[in-house]
Amino acid sequence: MTRPAPAPDARDSDRTLLAGALAETWKTPSGFWGALATVDHKIIGRRYIFTAFVFLALGGVLAALMRIQLAQPEARLLGPDRYNQIFTMHGANMMFLFAVPVMEAVAVYLVPLMVGTRNIAFPRLNAFSYWIYLAGGALLWTAFALDMGPDVGWFAYVPLSGPQYGTGKRADIWAQMITFTEISALAVAVELVVTIFKQRAPGMTLDRIPVFVWAMLVTSFLVIMAMPAIVLASTSLILDRLVGTHFYNPAEGGDVLLWQHLFWFFGHPEVYIIFLPAAGMVSTMIEPFARRPAFGYLGLVMALIATGILAFGLWVHHMFVAGLPRLGDSFFTASSMAIAIPAGIQVFCWLATLWDGTPVFKTPLLFIVGFIVTFVIGGLNGVMVASVPFDTQVHDTYFVVAHFHYVLIGGAVFPLLGAIHYWFPKLTGRTMSETLGQWSFWLVFVGFNATFFPMHILGLEGMPRRIYTYQPDLPWHGLNLFVSFSAVILTAGFLLFFVNAIRSARFGEIAPDNPWDAPTLEWATTSPPPSYNFAMIPIVGSLRPLWDDRDTLPIADGLRTDRRELIVTTLATAEPQAREASPQNSIWPLWAAIATTIMLIWSIFSPWAVVWGSIPVAFALIGWFWPKGTPEDGS
Amino acid sequence: MREKIVLDLGKLPLHGMGTASITWWGTLAFMLIEGTGFALAIAVYLYLMSLATAWPINAPPPDLLPGTLVTLILLASLVPNILLSRWAEQQDLRKVRIGMVIMSILGTLPLIVRVFEFPALKVSWDSNAYGSVVWTLLGLHTTHIITDLVDTLVLAALMFTRHGRSARRFGDVQDNVMYWNFVVATWLPLYGCIYWLARL
Amino acid sequence: MLAAPLAGCAGNWQSALDVYGTSAISLKHLIILIVSVCSVVWMLVMVALIAALCRSRDAQPVSAEPGRERRMTIAVTGAVVATVLIIGTFTILSFVATHALTVAGQDYLTIRVRGLQWWWGLEYIGPDPSSRFETANEIHIPVGRKVRLKLEGLDVIHSFWVPSLAGKQDLVPGRPNELTIRAEHAGIYRGQCAEFCGMQHAHMALLVIAEPQDDFDKWAATQRQTAAQPAEDETATGLQTFLAKPCAACHTIRGTAAAGTTGPELTHVGSRRTIAAGVFETTRGSLAAWIADPQTIKPGNNMPMVPLTPDELRAVSAYLASLK
Ligand code: HEA
Ligand code: HEA
Ligand code: HEC
Ligand code: CUA
Ligand SMILES: [Cu+2]
Repeated sequence: MTRPAPAPDARDSDRTLLAGALAETWKTPSGFWGALATVDHKIIGRRYIFTAFVFLALGGVLAALMRIQLAQPEARLLGPDRYNQIFTMHGANMMFLFAVPVMEAVAVYLVPLMVGTRNIAFPRLNAFSYWIYLAGGALLWTAFALDMGPDVGWFAYVPLSGPQYGTGKRADIWAQMITFTEISALAVAVELVVTIFKQRAPGMTLDRIPVFVWAMLVTSFLVIMAMPAIVLASTSLILDRLVGTHFYNPAEGGDVLLWQHLFWFFGHPEVYIIFLPAAGMVSTMIEPFARRPAFGYLGLVMALIATGILAFGLWVHHMFVAGLPRLGDSFFTASSMAIAIPAGIQVFCWLATLWDGTPVFKTPLLFIVGFIVTFVIGGLNGVMVASVPFDTQVHDTYFVVAHFHYVLIGGAVFPLLGAIHYWFPKLTGRTMSETLGQWSFWLVFVGFNATFFPMHILGLEGMPRRIYTYQPDLPWHGLNLFVSFSAVILTAGFLLFFVNAIRSARFGEIAPDNPWDAPTLEWATTSPPPSYNFAMIPIVGSLRPLWDDRDTLPIADGLRTDRRELIVTTLATAEPQAREASPQNSIWPLWAAIATTIMLIWSIFSPWAVVWGSIPVAFALIGWFWPKGTPEDGS
Repeated sequence: MREKIVLDLGKLPLHGMGTASITWWGTLAFMLIEGTGFALAIAVYLYLMSLATAWPINAPPPDLLPGTLVTLILLASLVPNILLSRWAEQQDLRKVRIGMVIMSILGTLPLIVRVFEFPALKVSWDSNAYGSVVWTLLGLHTTHIITDLVDTLVLAALMFTRHGRSARRFGDVQDNVMYWNFVVATWLPLYGCIYWLARL
Repeated sequence: MLAAPLAGCAGNWQSALDVYGTSAISLKHLIILIVSVCSVVWMLVMVALIAALCRSRDAQPVSAEPGRERRMTIAVTGAVVATVLIIGTFTILSFVATHALTVAGQDYLTIRVRGLQWWWGLEYIGPDPSSRFETANEIHIPVGRKVRLKLEGLDVIHSFWVPSLAGKQDLVPGRPNELTIRAEHAGIYRGQCAEFCGMQHAHMALLVIAEPQDDFDKWAATQRQTAAQPAEDETATGLQTFLAKPCAACHTIRGTAAAGTTGPELTHVGSRRTIAAGVFETTRGSLAAWIADPQTIKPGNNMPMVPLTPDELRAVSAYLASLK
């Protein structure tokens, strides 16, 4: 779309005029207020991604502190109180402020482009969700800086986090941070579902949706069905702590395991909320680098859906030693192991794609290969711990720590890093350095395996997790020292990645529209795309529009330029139904987020906050939704 | 890449109604979220009930009167609510205005009775887990009534301004109707739980 | 802090691979089997991956040829079928092995194990009330006999884990659990609380001492007795101090007026190999160090620092060390 080729229907001058008018309608005003009021999914998506990576770096610094502490027996760098805060912060930060949001962030940026629309559905909600996420992160880290960081582990088991043993406000901070991230995650999930259901370009029938978009659709449903459980859990925990309810107090008819059920009913789907987008990225990225269509589209999509459904039937595998009936436990062994089937289908399809394709060894492919190597290890470990008897020996040991870092970093962060390299041109208009990219891959890959593989052995040798130190006569120090040393390599790799990204964003080579010769729609527009994404909405005739017809892109004409307009299409067959207005920039989402933040933080201290604090929230929401008489409001 | 215009969208309506409306789907998605929340809250109730040796714990079953009254009001409100949806579909501004006023009243009434429902539970939230869970169920539903009421009030006010005469507003009214139906529908299992399971 | 190596237990530190208990032995077999099969699976995937990447090929156009597609479909289907078979086998295996977790045989002994922040309270329940006694942090069992542990979490959740003997089981407040163990060999087995339980989760260890029946009986007989009367002046002063200071409000020494229950029972503390849930080997010196400043040694633990003069400290630790 950049190089205006002479087309029979669209003449150059028309196109310039059109682009000018659209740019005016869709622009984000420059300056501070403009930046705060924008509802452009690309600007918000970039912000989201950037913020999530800041949290990755912060969480990594915490990891470094833990590794220094654990390098030697009886180290004195951190006392128990600090250490407990640090591992809790590390886990909570990585899960709630990095891994889940970063996947959503990438989707906020990419999904509208990949389905060929001009903005995400509910763009103001999108702006709101970012602010709330930022506030949640700020709350957690400020509390930590004030020595009020949560210290009860990232799943905050009661009674330790309950009113009696979790004194102070630390557990409340944890619970309320959860509320913030849940609100933002739920908001994004709703936006994505509606965008994918209703805003796909004409012709993008269900079987022409890119796999990454499918992955985000399934993920969003997981968010919608799973997050209410944690909202319920964290709210009831706050109630127990603040107003004396007894949900988790066995002395008054409550139950300690209720917490675990609620938490893991959310917590297990949570890990697939992190993994499925990554799997979708791999299925999408593999095509340009294997130089052939991903093998088994139907299988890949069905595997995502199957994983999504099964995800709700596994939660008890985190509670195998809590004393539930053994027979019931065995059912969860079976269901957990069954996940190996959809996971296997995906792995085998990727292997088939590579087998039949012609691999191009650029950084994204390196990360894909690294992902396959490590994710299969992590997944197989998952199958091991899914066995009840096996798990009785390794539960809550470094074996499990190894498992989840393998699946989280190997299974999700590797694809993510690959994806950043891959989509960087679309994000910034510049390409990342290939040399630095390859270096950072090898450092991360080697450092990662050397850091986390030995943890399996440590776990089997009896090292429990979440201990701030261990005694010299325990046979763990050799491996721990090795692990800590390897973590230095891993950190260097991440650091190099950060350097590469920051440098390339400023000085990288200017990227063409479609630098990798990729087949999906986001590559049909400029790098980075204009504020309106597509001057004319593309019409999709196949799963890989840019490969199947390399010369011409069919497009649709007829949208107004004087108001923000996009098309609504039918759910299954993506036939145009209506031209819909897309909301203008607005500062109200920010006010609403500020009001919500005040209410939520205040409610840690007093239940009345919910009553009084909801009034400003209501006002902000009214301001948000009240029509302003713009062309978008009328119809 | 060359571009070829193959479709003209100029004739499409400027705003989609019903399933062609983005907000309709958004409302549906939020209903799914909240519905899951209600289902889980009921699951918690049943879970605690299954653990207890006697249910309710150290309390008589709640008084039926206020809760049943709320149920009746909510059920009755469905009639004007559904009519309202029909009027909005016909884009009949005058009738929609009347309907919105009626629904504002029918949203306030159950709240007034609800005030008497809490004491009728005959247990405090901090007496035991049974008290905690019934208060939570009732509180959760009350917040839904309040949110929808506020939404109804604002929308009713809006319908009396110059912004009222717009297809978009009528769509909003329909979404509001749908949400109220949801608020009523979720109450029925909660009512069964709170008032009748405790009598088993 | 120096936790000195304990005599006679070289090699038997907590490890799921260095096993001496009936169920730990069968678990180890299961672990080795599953890990081996999974390693083979991983290697096969790696072979396929390397082959796919390194395969020499003629530059193909970006298209799919039906014959190749079909062959690949067959290969992928075959791999999925293999996956189903393997996980099916694993599921059945673990189901069968789950039964092995409940050790067969007649119970010889029942011990109530209470998890507290951050130590273990033990109550040996004998057939008749007189054979009942309490102790802490060190479990003795007879070799080759089945012992039933009744696990109770008294404050937060803890987890009982002595990997050389058996898999772990949580101690959940309000939900008593059970675990049976049987040691096949005499030895000292270390275990450690495996569920995060707060500040000193890292220092909540315990020892299981499996010994021949005779030794066990002798030990149990001693434990049942009340504390010996102090024989020397120093230890007598120690007992006086212990009773005069707040110590007695938290600790029990049977046979004296000390009957507190918030701390570990100390009647035979001198006979235990470690103090403070595995922090120190028990000596007069370590007892003194502990009593002088428990909060520096085990920050956050529930024993306060009780100000004592050096003489008092010496006397108290001498007395406690004498409680064999
Ligand atoms: C991205 C995140 C992610 C992913 C993808 C997974 C994937 C899996 N996880 Fe993991 N898991 C976590 C994140 C994740 N997990 C986290 C964070 C925790 C710990 C939480 C905490 O305690 O802090 C955890 C803990 C955890 C436990 C609890 C352990 C314990 O606490 O004792 C269990 C038990 O069943 C488990 C199982 C599984 C299984 C069966 C899979 C499966 O999905 C894996 C499937 C994949 C494969 C099997 C590999 C590919 C398949 C093939 C190549 C086919 C051939 C395979 C066979 C023949 C078997 N996980
Ligand atoms: C996606 C999630 C994620 C990620 C990426 C990581 C990354 C790492 N984790 Fe994490 N980890 C968890 C999720 C994750 N972890 C969870 C959920 C837990 C459980 C918590 C709990 O028990 O409650 C856990 C627990 C955990 C433990 C166990 C603690 C304990 O039980 O006592 C350890 C120990 O070694 C560890 C180590 C590491 C290391 C070395 C990394 C490394 O990969 C980190 C690599 C380094 C970086 C990514 C940063 C590099 C960048 C910089 C240094 C930039 C410089 C900084 C600035 C410019 C500001 N983790
Ligand atoms: C407020 C209660 C309290 C008081 C007072 C108290 N203790 Fe303790 N004591 C404890 C607790 C709790 C522990 C377990 C600490 C741990 O291991 O986490 C303990 C542990 C010990 C131990 C180690 C026992 C073992 O088996 O590991 C000794 C010895 C001991 N206390 C002696 C004393 C003496 C001597 C005094 C008085 C000077 C004293 N205690 C005062 C609560 C108390
Ligand atoms: Cu007790 Cu950890
Ligand atoms: Cu899980």
